[in-house]
Amino acid sequence: MSKYTEDDLREELKTKEYEYGFYTDIESDTFPIGLNEDIVRAISLKKEEPQWMTDWRIESFRAWEKMVEPDWANVKYVKPDFQAISYYSAPNKKPKYNSLDEVDPELLATFAKLGISLDEQKKLSGVAMDVVVDSVSVATTFKKTLAEKGIIFCSISEAIKEHPELVKKYIGTVVPQKDNFYAALNSAVFSDGSFCYVPKGVKCPMELSTYFRINQAGTGQFERTLVIADKGSYVSYLEGCTAPSRDENQLHAAVVELIALDDAEIKYSTVQNWYPGNSEGKGGVYNFVTKRGLCEKNAKISWTQVETGSAVTWKYPSCVLKGDNSVGEFYSIAVTNNHQQADTGTKMVHLGKNTRSTIISKGISAGKSQNSYRGLVQVHARAKNARNFSQCDSLLMGNDCGAHTFPYIEAKNKTARIEHEATTSKIGEDQIFYCNQRGIDTEKAIALIVNGFSKEVLNKLPMEFAVEAQKLLEISLEGSVG
Amino acid sequence: MDLKEKLISSFWAFENHLDEDSYLHSIRTNAIKNFQEQGFPSKKEESWKYTSLNSLLKNDFSVFPKQENAIEYNDVKKYFIHDIDSYKIVFIDGKYSSHLSQTTHDGMDICLMSSALSKPKYRILIENYFNKIAKQESLTSLNTAFSSEGAYIHIPKNKMVAKPIQIIHFSTGNESAIMLQPRNLIVVDENSHVQIIERHQSLNDNPVLTNSVSELFINKRAIVDYYKIQNDNQNASLIDNTYIKQKQESICSVHTFSFGGKLTRNNLNFSQQGERINSTLKGITIIGDKQHVDHNTLVHHMEPNCESHQDYKGVFGENSTGVFNGKIIVDKIAQKTNAFQSNKNILVSDKATINTKPQLEIFADDVKCSHGCTIGQLDESAMFYLRSRGIPQKEAKALLMYAFSNNVLNSVKIPEIKQRITKIIANKLGVNIGFDL
Repeated sequence: MSKYTEDDLREELKTKEYEYGFYTDIESDTFPIGLNEDIVRAISLKKEEPQWMTDWRIESFRAWEKMVEPDWANVKYVKPDFQAISYYSAPNKKPKYNSLDEVDPELLATFAKLGISLDEQKKLSGVAMDVVVDSVSVATTFKKTLAEKGIIFCSISEAIKEHPELVKKYIGTVVPQKDNFYAALNSAVFSDGSFCYVPKGVKCPMELSTYFRINQAGTGQFERTLVIADKGSYVSYLEGCTAPSRDENQLHAAVVELIALDDAEIKYSTVQNWYPGNSEGKGGVYNFVTKRGLCEKNAKISWTQVETGSAVTWKYPSCVLKGDNSVGEFYSIAVTNNHQQADTGTKMVHLGKNTRSTIISKGISAGKSQNSYRGLVQVHARAKNARNFSQCDSLLMGNDCGAHTFPYIEAKNKTARIEHEATTSKIGEDQIFYCNQRGIDTEKAIALIVNGFSKEVLNKLPMEFAVEAQKLLEISLEGSVG
Repeated sequence: MDLKEKLISSFWAFENHLDEDSYLHSIRTNAIKNFQEQGFPSKKEESWKYTSLNSLLKNDFSVFPKQENAIEYNDVKKYFIHDIDSYKIVFIDGKYSSHLSQTTHDGMDICLMSSALSKPKYRILIENYFNKIAKQESLTSLNTAFSSEGAYIHIPKNKMVAKPIQIIHFSTGNESAIMLQPRNLIVVDENSHVQIIERHQSLNDNPVLTNSVSELFINKRAIVDYYKIQNDNQNASLIDNTYIKQKQESICSVHTFSFGGKLTRNNLNFSQQGERINSTLKGITIIGDKQHVDHNTLVHHMEPNCESHQDYKGVFGENSTGVFNGKIIVDKIAQKTNAFQSNKNILVSDKATINTKPQLEIFADDVKCSHGCTIGQLDESAMFYLRSRGIPQKEAKALLMYAFSNNVLNSVKIPEIKQRITKIIANKLGVNIGFDL
């Protein structure tokens, strides 16, 4: 048997094509390309939104027009032409289904290929699915169970219609319309997304989950997610993405807002596997996402992410620790391969007393990719006894990739305790030798080491999701994860 | 007329008056153009994000001192490391003071930039080294445009310089506000060894802004120890730009001790251009009041098998602000690099701020790079231990802070400097104890 070395792994990584690259032809109701106020109005009209929402979108659009695309991130790409994108695309057959049998069979086949058959999910995992195919929810399951508990879990367009008071109260409070270029764009043209409200003292009995999928050529995906956990409640939310192979760059600019009121806890997990482009770096999704959570007193927000896809990632899930004793957590694995570029990290803003935050970031770069961690830990003058621990580790595979660390730490309170450490290394020959010596072949050894490297983060994923995450890591680092 | 315009117009007056040959003339003119385009750095620039020069630049600095000023050795003796024999290059308000200095041309050149720039025998060295590694960044360009005086040190091959060299800049405060732009060039040839101590000191409370640029060329297997003592009074500000180029197997360490001054900015740049180079960057910062100290370091690893070691400790009291911005770049070719960076800080006041930004940019895979930074307080149990043994709170605190910064002092090779720094620390912390317990 020939020996499997790190070079072989690199070779495999190079040649490994995107497994989930396929394209389902569902008749779509697509807007003409381009963006202006009329398009924004048309989106609002199409979604039968109330006047305040239309105004809100228009306000965002006007702010966006004045903004400039940021370029401070450590990534290089051809800037998308915002006038060459169609801003709305919905699957044609719109009526809601009562059972799976009524769902477009082609769509079901798509999910089968992804290995997330709806009924299997329903029966086995107890995960309620709010399936988003090209921006509009077509199936929502387990709604009844949730309704009994008073939990609202629906698409954001539905929420705008049925729970306008909640949406109006909270939308834009954590990520203001003018927060940044992409957040403004999203606020103006967001097509759909998920809305979740967990009432006071309710523990959500199941993991809430949405699978996003870009499915129409040339359609940008502008998701808007709003999760509100009322006092003393708990919710775990899962988000996962796979996208079909496409030559043209697709833009994904989502906004996620989490609001954890007093004593509430939100756990938000993401597995992201947008199309990363082929081995020459052609095609692939641009992922420019704004994710932020607000913690009131004693609240806790935990972000866990596994990033394996996208040509360009620009993503900083953040926590504003406003209430006293609140807790923010960020666990991330970012894998980049071929020509992928990732600039990702988090912001922990300590405003309240006794606030705590933990940051664990693992970057794995292979091929010709660039992987950056960029984080901010800010302790304001009022934040007595704030505590932060950050750890950023990078693993380099091959000599053409790069790993970068840009942490910003700002402390204005003398009782703050902040620790940050970062390391960069490769898989040591001594580590492999140690495994070999004990009868573990090199392939398995690399698998073990990569697995061990990311274990801290993988462990944080909910059970139902861990399997999928492992699967996606396998695609990115095939042959190494056992 | 704001400072920028004033500087530019006085440049032309200065340049005409100098009437230098075309080589330096073109360097200076390019530099002033560069400065004119870029202006003073603002907070919008990433590397100046946490340090603002605005309030400083409002002073009406005079660019050239009007008169020659003299000071008596006994008045300023305390600012020298006077208990050891040393070469001295002393400047008063930017002008060379021959009676305080002790220079040499015996087998090496420890003398003045002004003579190096004008005398033909230094011509080749100037053309080879002057302004070769200084960045085209605005403040450095400003200095280049005005460069006329400073220390010029050239140590030829295989020379062990027996005595340390002290470079001291005094400002007398005879002008209401003065801007000084010293320019140092230090070339150390193969196998040589030299120790340099640099200090800027103002003698009264008039505002001083020093924009200093030093270029160090360290050739094969040479060893350089550089100590910067920054304990100026409250109205003096210092922007120190140091550029160091190392060749293979050379060793260079820079220790920066920042205790005084209103605003201190240290731009320390290392460029490792050879294999098996060792670079050390260490610093202790203990400040209070409204002081601001900003350490901006860059270590660029360009060849394999090199090491760099950074260790910065800071204690920040009252309204002070500390900034650390450290960057390590490891090029693709620089395999087997071992780079370490540590920045540890203690905040002792609620109004003090610390901003730290340690960065790694790594393009090679077979490297060991790590950085760590912490912000915290003194250990309460250690405090309790000391107090339970009858040591008063203030002294106990001072002892712990001294212990905190001690490992930076450990690598200081001149015992007199160590003693001096220890004394300054005791002073700064308001205690009267020697720490050599």
